[in-house]
Amino acid sequence: MSLVDESFELKELQVLEGHADRVWSVAWKPATGFDGVPAVLASCSGDKTVRVWEQSPSSGSFQCKAVLEETHTRTVRSCAWSPSGKLLATASFDATTAVWEHVGDDYECVSTLEGHENEVKSISWNASGSLLATCGRDKSVWIWEVLPGNEFECVSVLQGHTQDVKMVQWHPNMDILFSCSYDNTIKVWAEDGDDDWHCVQTLAEANNGHTSTVWALSFNATGDKMATCSDDLTLKIWGSDLLTIQSGNGSAPWKHICTLSGYHDRTIFSVHWSREGIIASGAADDAIRLFAEDGDGLVDEPKYHLLLKKDKAHDMDVNSVQWSSAGNRLLASASDDGTIKIWELISLAGDQKPPL
Amino acid sequence: MTLGLINANPVVHAKKKRVARPLDDPHADDAFGLHYVRDIRDPEHPYSLEQLSVLSEESITVDEKLGRILITFTPTIQHCSMATVIGLCLREKLKDCFPAHFKVDIKVAPGSHADEEAVNKQLNDKERVAAALENPNLRQLVTECLYSSEL
Repeated sequence: MSLVDESFELKELQVLEGHADRVWSVAWKPATGFDGVPAVLASCSGDKTVRVWEQSPSSGSFQCKAVLEETHTRTVRSCAWSPSGKLLATASFDATTAVWEHVGDDYECVSTLEGHENEVKSISWNASGSLLATCGRDKSVWIWEVLPGNEFECVSVLQGHTQDVKMVQWHPNMDILFSCSYDNTIKVWAEDGDDDWHCVQTLAEANNGHTSTVWALSFNATGDKMATCSDDLTLKIWGSDLLTIQSGNGSAPWKHICTLSGYHDRTIFSVHWSREGIIASGAADDAIRLFAEDGDGLVDEPKYHLLLKKDKAHDMDVNSVQWSSAGNRLLASASDDGTIKIWELISLAGDQKPPL
Repeated sequence: MTLGLINANPVVHAKKKRVARPLDDPHADDAFGLHYVRDIRDPEHPYSLEQLSVLSEESITVDEKLGRILITFTPTIQHCSMATVIGLCLREKLKDCFPAHFKVDIKVAPGSHADEEAVNKQLNDKERVAAALENPNLRQLVTECLYSSEL
């Protein structure tokens, strides 16, 4: 049975309050939320702090375990856990990226990455945790190598976008970097074998791309499809040939598969693809939408359908939606209303969950 | 400050008389929003945005039911680099006057600015707005425009 044949409910489990300003972004800690390890979530805000929330094994409710403050002097725009979950990186409008380590009961800032001229907007760790990418208003994308002893060395500064870069995201299993920008494009960056990074593809309006700021992008579990969302009120699905990507030259072209329009009526800020294939989007219309691939579509032309609409998910703009990778169908959302909400996707057809 | 003025000689209009509108006026809602923003001072001149005809009664529409506000303003000159500052002032002022969940769209009047599309895009990118308001110089300029009494 395909996901689109099922009926779902998005049940609000908890509202996390504590931030004193809009919450920009949330990130689930990898390898938590299953096998008896409590789920952990980080959030960051216009209040200049990062909060770490942990699910209580007994009550199931999330509690704030740590407030990371007095390091960033301006808005903390985004946060990202390293693949091992040992480090948390935070990007701030104060032009720095901080790296935090969980030591005892505390989070300690173990490194501060400086170099961007002004606001840093996004960070992403590659699959192995050996590289970190950052981007910002100075139109550049930086790649940092993670060295022993919490040292970070800038290995490349990538110029190519003509406006500020909103988000960077590594491919889920290849060292290929993706960035999206206020210049309406998505760029694909790959290494040429001589440690030099180059833009190998630009997805622009001429390639059926977006006609306004591209705010976010996300990959499906296998990494052969990518979803992007934009101020043009659309989501777009892109595909590439996985075998060609894996052949290692990193230059398999990405092609437009379809455009999902008419589902949000204000800027779409966030898109996130769950391991089992459900795409969540959050927007300035205060709503969350879920989409899934229609099993009836042809392999070459997959079709995507709306699975669920959640209007008034928050009182204000939804800035970030993130599925837990634990396979528990938990979704976290962050909003201008200063709260984070934890949602559970419940299948109304019964209890069967597809294997992950 | 030795910086030259962007528009050294703006046309200044008399302040409009403020008459209480009858409740059955069909346009009451249109004019309703203007009184919140009419006294914002221009970033360059000791005049209000209304006196410089940057704003008029047609500039602002408030849809209370949907919680949406649209402001269209007219910069005094085609190359006004202050347009984004005026946009920040309007956004900050409206934030104080309306419930937090109201959606605000700010635009320059069609044909009123040489970089109309770029200005409109920047005025409505909330990340850039948030970053601009954290900039101490811009924040001070906005505060002066909103709360200055030297009109």
